[in-house]
Amino acid sequence: MSALREIEYRDALREAMSEEMRRDAKVFLLGEEVAEYNGAYKVSKGMLDEFGPRRIIDTPISESGFAGLAIGAAMQGLRPIVEFMSWSFSLVAADPILNNAPKMLYMSGGQFGCPIVFRGNDGAGGQLGSTHSWCVEGMFSNVPGMKMVIPATPDDAKGLLKTAIRDDDPVFFLESERMLGLKGHVPEGDEILVPFGQARIRREGTDCTLASWGRPVHFCLEAADALAKEGISCEVIDLRSIRPLDIGSVVRSVKKTSVCVVVDQSWSFGSPGSELAAQVHRHCFDDLDNFVHRVHTADVPSPYAFNLEQEYLPNARRICEAVRAATYNA
Amino acid sequence: MPPHAADIRSPFDIHRGASAPRLAADRTPPSAETLCKWLRDMMLIREFEVRCMQAYQDKKIGGFCHIYIGQEAVAVGCVAAMKPEDPLVTAYRDHGHALARGMTPEACMSEMFGRVDGCAKGKGGSMHMFDKTHNMFGGHGIVGAQTPLGAGLAFATKYEDEVLRKGKSSRVTLCFLGDGALNQGAVHEAMNLAGLMDLPVVFVVENNGYSMGTSIHRGTTQGHDLRSKASGYGIDSAIVDGMDVLETYHGMKTVIDDARARSRPWFIDMRCYRYKGHSMSDPRKYRTRDEEDAWETGDPIGRLNKQLQKQGILSEEQAKDMLREVKNEVRACVAFADASPIPAAEELYTDVFVESWGRYTGSSKPSMLGGGTNHPSFKSIDPSTDSTEDLV
Ligand SMILES: Cc1ncc(C[n+]2csc(CCOP(=O)(O)OP(=O)(O)O)c2C)c(N)n1
Ligand SMILES: [Mg+2]
Repeated sequence: MSALREIEYRDALREAMSEEMRRDAKVFLLGEEVAEYNGAYKVSKGMLDEFGPRRIIDTPISESGFAGLAIGAAMQGLRPIVEFMSWSFSLVAADPILNNAPKMLYMSGGQFGCPIVFRGNDGAGGQLGSTHSWCVEGMFSNVPGMKMVIPATPDDAKGLLKTAIRDDDPVFFLESERMLGLKGHVPEGDEILVPFGQARIRREGTDCTLASWGRPVHFCLEAADALAKEGISCEVIDLRSIRPLDIGSVVRSVKKTSVCVVVDQSWSFGSPGSELAAQVHRHCFDDLDNFVHRVHTADVPSPYAFNLEQEYLPNARRICEAVRAATYNA
Repeated sequence: MPPHAADIRSPFDIHRGASAPRLAADRTPPSAETLCKWLRDMMLIREFEVRCMQAYQDKKIGGFCHIYIGQEAVAVGCVAAMKPEDPLVTAYRDHGHALARGMTPEACMSEMFGRVDGCAKGKGGSMHMFDKTHNMFGGHGIVGAQTPLGAGLAFATKYEDEVLRKGKSSRVTLCFLGDGALNQGAVHEAMNLAGLMDLPVVFVVENNGYSMGTSIHRGTTQGHDLRSKASGYGIDSAIVDGMDVLETYHGMKTVIDDARARSRPWFIDMRCYRYKGHSMSDPRKYRTRDEEDAWETGDPIGRLNKQLQKQGILSEEQAKDMLREVKNEVRACVAFADASPIPAAEELYTDVFVESWGRYTGSSKPSMLGGGTNHPSFKSIDPSTDSTEDLV
């Protein structure tokens, strides 16, 4: 096949899971509608046919039950992939995923690990209203003992998911329903493994560092295009995982640009964005021309109405405003 | 065909603890006028849903939209058996309940269009129909989440009646949930609490045989008779034919009256069928056309229509007029919704807190409760982008 094969983000996720399941019989997938329905969002399409119902497991709507069950299985050394149809539905499983999985190794003094991947759709943008639009990274990344990965492109979706499945610790893998149809070049086969904690420079620039992850990376690229026309050159950094966080790449960029805007789709208070801003202030105190500006979703529950939701998101317009303010071009 | 279809004509079939008094369905026949109203209400819900599907295709409605077609008799029959002051709470498949409860089609449709004249000014959407004047405490999006709320609504009315007013419980809460919701832990915790605390709440499981693409037998134990779920919590239970509005009404009237008299919870395995997909994007590959046809022959609207004509209560001509009228009413509500303004950007910051403080501009009433479309003045501080304002 040509090196320029393009597939959708959802296909990249499926390839990662299927390849890892072929490689390691301990890996299995469970969740609502993953098998016979081929996945609520068709991520697991065809996997039941290949791997059978013992490894692609349909569950009832019992997130707390099946997440807890998978954690138990992981304590025995299996490698479950738990699909949440949406991370919004993981809240009813908050106790197993936050209170058990990330603490098991510690509580047991190193005896029982928890090699598990929790994955599903995260974030607003589909007019799903207040209860279905969670960006759980704000809340969940607070918990030590987990890794959290938020891929923005199909190749990273595959490479990071493969790494997640091979990882011996619990990995929270945040996808986006808004990006499942996004197409991009993804290498075939086994080679693509993307390590955690390594940012990727999506666009080089000299005047302002835009640091982001997940879907807002695309808003940043859109904003960078618009700002280029105004003569402001932005460097867009995609962190890819926020635990571990590649602060070094951001610091190197800020030392060059002297300006930093953090774009995060979670709410601003106590968020990964506020953490990143604090770390940039700590490491770049003498390099910064302005304080680190931040663009988040509005500090209100997610609204349903189309126009309100668009306004709510950390969209390109709001990013442009923040960059102009941070670079004294407002 | 899910085996529960075999029981579709099952009579009101109750299951109670040995010590409970005998209970027969109250079969006082409703008046001709009432029957005609029920027919009209069911027609209205169906037409409304047909138009919703169209509007969704036309991209006027976004997000998730769950269609109630096929289950109309459940909402109409249950609401008929309730008193207006009895609270109702349900899940995301909520348009039928809202309309049966008395929300105007205009407010309901405008909400789905994301417009200011919606019941929540466009902030809630299809899954979140709230109507305070009609004691409709919402559609709720997270499966099972409304069930503890239902217990809480019943707790509050009981507390009010028995503690504050020193009387006896007078209001009964109806809490609807799906068959798939039975597999959420919260539902079981709520049932235990309701049994323990003698809460006057009826858990109505709208058992349409499926949760998304999972048939009840693939997802739920004891799917052939859900009453066993309740007996573990000491809660009386009944199977009710939700495809027949009269059966639903009689069964629910009996149950609600008993819950009111004894201040006790009930659990209903309400047999029904959703004709359409789970939400707008579901091709229904998990079931057969034959199964769908079999259920549609028992259609609740067709059934009542035929019965009323046979009894000479309604002529064929009158039934047609009724449908025409309903279609016009629904068409008008779509036009109304389409003409309603989109919410001003300022609405993003209203209703987060009751009081105004900082960037939050307090709360404003929806137009259906007499609120205007003038928004409280908006301070243009965008909290999620750093403000450069000096604090000192
Ligand atoms: C906790 C949670 N998990 C998953 C979902 C996604 N979901 C929405 S409705 C649904 C099926 C529910 O089926 P049922 O309870 O039978 O109700 P019905 O749709 O048939 O009315 C699922 C899985 C959700 N909203 N909440
Ligand atoms: Mg159901």
